[in-house]
Amino acid sequence: MYASNANAPSKSQGANTALLRLTVKNHPGVMLQICGLFARRIFNLEGIFCTAIDQGETSCIWLKVDETEKLEQVLKQLAKLEDVLAVEERSDAQGRFAELEAMLARID
Amino acid sequence: MPRLNGAQIIIRQLERQGIRIVSGIPGGANLPLYDALAASSTIRHVLARHEQGAGFIAQGMARSSGQTAVCFATSGPGATNILTALADAYLDSVPLLCITGQVSRSLLGTDAFQEVDTYGMSIPITKHNYLVRSAAELLTLIPKAFQLAGSGRPGPVLIDVPKDVQSEMVTFEHWPEPCPVTDQQTGGTLGVEAAADMMNQAARPILYLGGGVIHAGAADEARRLSEQGGIPTVMTLMGLGILPSDHPLSLGMLGMHASRATNLAMEECDLLIAAGVRFDDRATGRINAFCPHAKVIHVDIDASEIGKLRSADAAITADARHAFAALLPRVRQRRRQQWNDRIGILQKERPRFYPDDFAPGRPFQLIRMVAELAGPESLISTDVGKHQMWVAQAYPFSTPRQLLTSGGLGTMGFGLPAAIGASLAFPERPVVCFTGDGSLQMNIQELATAVEQQVPVKIVVLNNQSLGLVRQQQRLFYEQHYFASSYGIAIDFAAIARGFGMEAVDLRGGGVDEQAELLRQAMRQPGPCLINVPIDIEEEVSPMVPPGAANTTMLGAEYVRK
Repeated sequence: MYASNANAPSKSQGANTALLRLTVKNHPGVMLQICGLFARRIFNLEGIFCTAIDQGETSCIWLKVDETEKLEQVLKQLAKLEDVLAVEERSDAQGRFAELEAMLARID
Repeated sequence: MPRLNGAQIIIRQLERQGIRIVSGIPGGANLPLYDALAASSTIRHVLARHEQGAGFIAQGMARSSGQTAVCFATSGPGATNILTALADAYLDSVPLLCITGQVSRSLLGTDAFQEVDTYGMSIPITKHNYLVRSAAELLTLIPKAFQLAGSGRPGPVLIDVPKDVQSEMVTFEHWPEPCPVTDQQTGGTLGVEAAADMMNQAARPILYLGGGVIHAGAADEARRLSEQGGIPTVMTLMGLGILPSDHPLSLGMLGMHASRATNLAMEECDLLIAAGVRFDDRATGRINAFCPHAKVIHVDIDASEIGKLRSADAAITADARHAFAALLPRVRQRRRQQWNDRIGILQKERPRFYPDDFAPGRPFQLIRMVAELAGPESLISTDVGKHQMWVAQAYPFSTPRQLLTSGGLGTMGFGLPAAIGASLAFPERPVVCFTGDGSLQMNIQELATAVEQQVPVKIVVLNNQSLGLVRQQQRLFYEQHYFASSYGIAIDFAAIARGFGMEAVDLRGGGVDEQAELLRQAMRQPGPCLINVPIDIEEEVSPMVPPGAANTTMLGAEYVRK
């Protein structure tokens, strides 16, 4: 599943974006929990990639976040969600994430 | 091996968790739950008249006792009605477990009768929530929900249970352990050394204490810290009662309706020791101008509160009791005579009260009279508005959890059901609900619940026939364009109370001595009683910091924007 924030023009991997990798409990409401947090706390979300791992028990969610100034708050608020098992900052993976974005863009 | 349906599993686990009272209202989608509840010999059900009332009754139990309380509602309108009480509990960190009925699994997502997306709607206003998909899940989920509600920073948890899950039979090996009553998440002591050094070096420190100190059961430690370091102490609305209001180091409430000397002292402080507070705008005023010369120590069990609105020079992510216990041996005994003298001068120049405030018939005089009659053991709930601020300013609070008030959400309608809940939790203690005519009308139907349950709450209606704080803001900031802020009809609240079968007195029209005598009689009533008290519509809450202004901008009753 991939979503791009329609209100913000998508930037290529700039200095303003951070890449987060979440491990979450996999159930039908979990995307709502994550996206709802970003919406109500006015955190900007540039992209989401989510897929089930671990025989479907958990999901892995990659978030491209346009919030370097508020990043600490974003991390703390995400960590508070009961469905979030782990939060890692993975800006080291920006290059490969850009490749994924490009690949997804090629799918009609 | 036990073989029970989902509803029976829920009720049995509530019993095992020590729940003795549940408030709620039955409806189509939670009938199996009520069928199981009817069979319980240990849980008493309190039938509210509106689901919001049920939620606030549970809040009254939880706020007064500190223990997680439980409320039930059905699907659809039952769930939407109770959401306000959940949002209120979320903002004030009150441990609540709300169990709602939902349409059967096969109907989910089909816009069935009384179906709403309770799970989706409750995400932003609960600490956590569940939509249960099988009865077997309930075995682990209920103890987990209690653990979430009561541990760390407490909060409301909602469990939405489809009707067919309530009826589904499950066979299982054994019951899971109930969740332990004591909180296991107390945090760490990182930052304590740095904080203690800052406290020892500060010349003009202030302790800034909020609801988190009460949740942590840290009032004694807070008092010791204040006395040991000679540190003047301010409290948020949620923190009132941590220090007795007559304690020499207490500066009372800070913020929008603080006494002038308190906000001015904060302007001068060089160290702010913030504990169990979240730098709410009603407390801080314009945040950039709040304690502008102060370094900040921030103690909170919720890591996300630290640095959220004001960056901290030292941070302790722990509950206030453990943080204070670690600080106490490191903080030097000091009197800080110079600083306390300076505050004494501020207080002398700008007294908290003037003798005229206590003239007969005025709000403070009435509140103090009720306090004297209610005694120090009493529990006090308020609604929201002028009366709430007058009570915060003038009631002689002496213990934590004595004041039950809607701080973060500011929900009119909170007071009466919260008082009922407090009285259910502490039947031996006097309970007084201070309310206004505007607030009381928002949950007035719970008068019936109070009478039915025979809870001896005393409901003091400070009746100015208006939405007083709204009117005050129109007077101060909207050129006295009074609109939609006063009521066109005078309501006979005493007659309404009697209609519900409640004793009532009306102080309207009586002389000073007659009013005092009526009040005395009413407060002595063995059952619930409503007391209508006429208040001049022009009585204002003073001083007032305009919303968005710095706390040093304090307008008096005489100020009007031209």
